[in-house]
Formats: sequence, C-alpha cells, structure tokens
Amino acid sequence: MGGLQIPMTHVLLLAATLFSCGLLGLMLRRNIIFMLMSLEVMLNAAALAFVAAGAKWGQADGQVIFLLILTVAAAEVAVGLGLVLQIQRRFKTLDMDQANRLRG
Amino acid sequence: MAIWLIPFLPLLSATLLMVSTGRMPRSLTAVLGAGSVGLAALLVALLAQGFLADGQVREVTLWTWMAVDNFTPRVAFYVDGLTIVMMSVITGVGFLIHLYSIEFMWDDESLCRYFAYMNLFVAAMLLLVMADNLLLLYLGWEGVGVCSYLLVGFWYRDADNGKAARKAFVVTRVGDTAMALGLFLLFTELGTLDIQPLMVAANANWQVGDTLPIVATALLLGGAVGKSAQLPLHTWLPDAMAGPTPVSALIHAATMVTAGVYLIARNYQLFLLAPPTMQAVAWIGVATLLLAAFTALAQHDIKRILAYSTISQIGYMFLALGVGAFASGIFHLMTHAFFKALLFLAAGAVIHCLHHEHNIFRMGGLRTRLPVVFWSFLIGSAALAALPFTSGFYSKDAILLSAWEQPDIGPWLWAGGLLGALLTSIYSFRLVFIVFFGEAQTEPDRQPGWRMAGPLLLLCLLSLIGGWFALPLSGVFPENGHAQVNHSVEIISIATPLLGLLLAYLLFLGRQLSIDKLLASPTGQALKSFCLSGWRIDNLYNALWVRPYTNLAHWWRNEPIDQLYNAVVAASQWSHRTLLGLQTGELRWYATSMVFGLVLLLAIMLRNAT
Repeated sequence: MGGLQIPMTHVLLLAATLFSCGLLGLMLRRNIIFMLMSLEVMLNAAALAFVAAGAKWGQADGQVIFLLILTVAAAEVAVGLGLVLQIQRRFKTLDMDQANRLRG
Repeated sequence: MAIWLIPFLPLLSATLLMVSTGRMPRSLTAVLGAGSVGLAALLVALLAQGFLADGQVREVTLWTWMAVDNFTPRVAFYVDGLTIVMMSVITGVGFLIHLYSIEFMWDDESLCRYFAYMNLFVAAMLLLVMADNLLLLYLGWEGVGVCSYLLVGFWYRDADNGKAARKAFVVTRVGDTAMALGLFLLFTELGTLDIQPLMVAANANWQVGDTLPIVATALLLGGAVGKSAQLPLHTWLPDAMAGPTPVSALIHAATMVTAGVYLIARNYQLFLLAPPTMQAVAWIGVATLLLAAFTALAQHDIKRILAYSTISQIGYMFLALGVGAFASGIFHLMTHAFFKALLFLAAGAVIHCLHHEHNIFRMGGLRTRLPVVFWSFLIGSAALAALPFTSGFYSKDAILLSAWEQPDIGPWLWAGGLLGALLTSIYSFRLVFIVFFGEAQTEPDRQPGWRMAGPLLLLCLLSLIGGWFALPLSGVFPENGHAQVNHSVEIISIATPLLGLLLAYLLFLGRQLSIDKLLASPTGQALKSFCLSGWRIDNLYNALWVRPYTNLAHWWRNEPIDQLYNAVVAASQWSHRTLLGLQTGELRWYATSMVFGLVLLLAIMLRNAT
C-alpha cells in the first residue's frame, strides 16, 4: 500500500455519475449509435465500481468481474453493431423513434 | 360370379377420383367415372341373364359387420328378382346418365368432384337394394342421402343451392329418424334385422291387425315418405332441382326417390300384417299425386314441372303398393325411371343449349331447332302421360286396375288416380307445346353432341318398349291375378290421357279454349299463385317449424351459462385492449420504463430494509 490513496467515496461518486450520464443518454438520445455508446458508459461505470471495491478489500474478484464485463461489452457491441447495420438497411435511418413497427 | 364387384367398382372409382382431387386429366376422369358404372352395368346384365336362366336367389356373405351379443349384422347381399330389377335400373339408367354427364359437365371446373359423388351415389344405391339386412340397407339409405345433399349443393358458391341442399337433407332426416325408430322396434320385438328371417318371425309372432306391426310399418313408412318425397315430406324435391340436371335425372327421378317404394316392396310381408298402414300408403299416394299434379300445372321452371311430376308419379307407385299390387308398383318404378330420366336429360339438353334458361315461357319453337331433343321430349311426355302403347301406359293402367279392384275404397282411389292421369297429360303436353312449338324466344347456341344424343335415343327406345319387359317378380310377390277385366274401366283409363292431350292442345297450342280471362280475375290470380307456391305448404312449414326453431335457437344463444363464458371472453378482450397501449414499439420508452421500474423496486427494498 502507500502512495496517494483515492477515497472510496470519490470513486463510487464518479461511477455513479458516469452511470447516470449513460442512463440519461440511453433515455434521451434517439440515435441508436449514441444509445449503444451510452450503454458502454454504463457498463464501464459498473466495472469501475467493481475495481474500486476489489482494491478496497484487497480481493481479486473485482478485477475478475471487470474482465468479465469487458468481454460482455465486446460481445454486446459486436451484436449491437450488426443490428445497427440491419436497422440502417431496413429503415434507412438510425432514429429509433422511426423504428417502431412492433407497436401493438 | 363375383356379385360384390358390382357395388365395389363404382366405390373404387369414387375413391380414386376423390384421392386424385382433380389432378387427373379430364378425359381419364370421365372414362373412370362413366366406365366404372358401365362395367357394373355389364356385370348386372350377366347376373340378370344367369338369374333368368335358373331363377335361383343368390346370397353372398362377405363378412360379419359387428358382433354384439346376439346382434350380428353381416355385410351380405341378397339378390332376387326385385333386386335384379332395381340393380338393372340403377346401373343401366345410371350409366346412360353418366355418359350424358360427360358432355353436360365438361366445361365445369369440378368435373372430378362431380363424378366422385355420382359414383359414390351409385355404390350406395346398389348397397341399399342388395343388402340382405335392414342395417346394411340403412347404411346405403344414408349414403344416398349424403350424396344427394352433396350433389344438390354441387354449385355451392351460390348460397341458395346450399340452402336447397340443407333443406333436402333435413327434411329427409325427419323421415329417416322415424325409420331408425322402426328398425329399433323391429329388433327389440323380433330379435333380428336380416330381412328374410325377419319376415318369417313377423308372420310367426304377429297376427294381421296387431298394434305392433302397425306401429313398426308406420315408422318405416315415415322413412319411405321422406325419401320418396310424398306428403307431407315432399317439399324438398322441387328445391333439390338446384343441382345439375343429370343429378336430378339420376337421383331425383330414376333411383334415390324410389328407394321408399323399394323399402315397402322389400318388406311387403310386414306391411300385409298392417292393413291400416297399407290404406295409409294408398291414401298418401293418391293425395300426393293429385297435389303434385295440380302444382305442376302452374309452374314455369322446366325442372320444377318435372320435379312435381316425379312426386306425382311416385304417388302412383305408393298407390300401387297400398292396394297390394307390389309388382305393378315396381313395374311403374322401372318405366318411370326410363321416361323420367329421358325427360330430365332432354330438359338438361334444352337448358344446356339455351344458355342455362329455365323458364319455359322464354323458350318456344325448339321443334325445328333441336329435333333430337324434341322427339325425346315428345316420347318421354307421351310415356309420362300414359298414351297407349308407351311404357307408362302399361304400368299406370295396371295400377289403376288394381286400385279399382280394391274393396270399398277402390273406386275412390281409382277416381283419384284417373283425375291425376288427366292432369298429368295436361301438364306434360303443356310443357311440350310451350317449349317446342310457337314463336322462338331464345336461339340455341349449340347442338347436343353424341354423348348427349346417344343416351337420349336409348332412353327413348326404353320408354317405348319398356312396357313389354316381363319382370322376374313372380317369385317375390304373391300373385293377385286380375279375375275379370272390367272393359269399361279399361276404356276410361285409355281415354283419359287422350282427353288430357286434347285439352292441352286446345289450351296451349290451338288456343280454341282460353283461360286468360279466368287467370286475369282475382280468383284466378289467387288460384294460380296458390298452385305456383305448391299449395303454400312451404309457407306453412316455415311458420310451423322453421321460424319457431330459429327463434328458439336465437333465444338460446343468450342463455345464462353462456354469459359466464362470454364474461371470460370480454375480460380477456378488455385487458388485451388496455395492455395494448403499453406495447408502443419504441425502444426508448421500454428503456425508460425499465429504469423507473428498477428505481421503484430499489426504493421499496430500501424502505423495507430500514
């Protein structure tokens, strides 16, 4: 240990801020690409919280989960971008408010 | 010789045609459809030849249908003289009609369906007449009913045809129910349904005039009345003309409608035990033949005239059965099959060549334009009217003579039959004079080909010489030799149709007599519309049965228990409509809802935790 310690609360506050930014972006943006980016931000906010918690208690689990989240995010982006391509091809737009054909 | 092949051939062909569902080439369909019946007719001819040579009754048992305790109906055939006559009519006339159908139905898209139903009908009808027990007979009985339903409603895209088919089915079903009850009664009382043992048992256990045979025969008579379109169940037959004309010729003139006559003739020993039923048969016959003949006078649809005349002629057969002249009844059945099939086929040719025109007042002058059809129609009408030396003359004469010889009621029955003969002659020549003479109203656009003309000519021949056939019925029915032939009676029954012909000539061709003034008066108008509607019997039945029944059905549709299930339906429909609003299809709306739901859940959990 030693060196400059960042207080736990700061890290968690940062994670919460990032998560809220992502959430707001997800709810407010209409462009599917920006929605995907917002999702990434939320995932990384969660990952940051795990890393911080892992450092706090000196456990490796935090970093393990971080790696898992990284993988999930990569997979999600792969699928998500594929869907984006399809949406662009079918609807000729990336505005998700236009793609509402499953309306009941 | 394999007797079972005779009904099996049409059945096999019907099955093949049904399985092919119209993918077969049209020519193969026609060959299969007409050929199977033709082959059956050939086998019947061989069988008849063998029978005439040795006079042996042939019995064939194929297998036991079912075995329940002592009830073991077999699938077995019993072929005696009566059966031979019926089989010859069914396959012989049936084959000619099938041949004719090839040309008549060639342009129809459902040719395959048509021949499948027709062959199935022939198979069922053969089963009916060949069955050695009443249960197998009942199977054939219902089989022909189904085929009649299918063929009346053949052009099902027109809703009226469907209604006519339904009417035919439901009205005959009334009679069939009575017949089924009669069979139950016979089985519980006598313990068998095999016809020959049944007759023996009936004669051993019952006396003439007992209640049980009267009830049993009355129930069987109900079935016969329904199937043979007699009063009071005759209303379905005129509507059944909605089917294709060869169907009317085969089913509603030559074969199926005479099944009731066959049923009574086949069980005649039972009916002899019940004199009141026999009298009822005779009176039903007379009443029906008069009513139908009066109705036929006023009709203007060519097929409806023939339909009413069929009802009327079957009335004669019932009269013959009722007075115990079974052989004469069957004889008239055969000659009627010849000349009525001829008339229907000729009418079909007129309709076919005249752009599907049915109204006789829009025909006229066809004598020179369709000569073959004209001569066929003329010969058929002459036989129908029983002009001397035609086939109808011999059979109708025998019936009237037997009626005259009946004690007590005989002269009345005879007078009724005679009046009917006069009317028959008038309406049949009215038809000939209006359709084939006078001014042409519609020009024919084609001539009948050989497939139509051939059967017409053969049936012409049969209608002319059919009266000289000696039917092999002496072993089937008891002899009732005519003790002394009353010559004045004979002369009157010969003169009556000629008088009718003369009247028809004066009224409809020469116009020396005029009924225009009578028809123009209010009474005449009322009388005409009364006759045209078939004595308003349809209206009566509608008011008595059909409307109360439909009203009741409508009323029951709102019954209380249904309300419960309706409430379930309404609730699920309401929630469907309400929840449908949540399904917006917008991604951001879903995401936002999830977030708020999550926040709500977290808030609740946190509140509970503290």
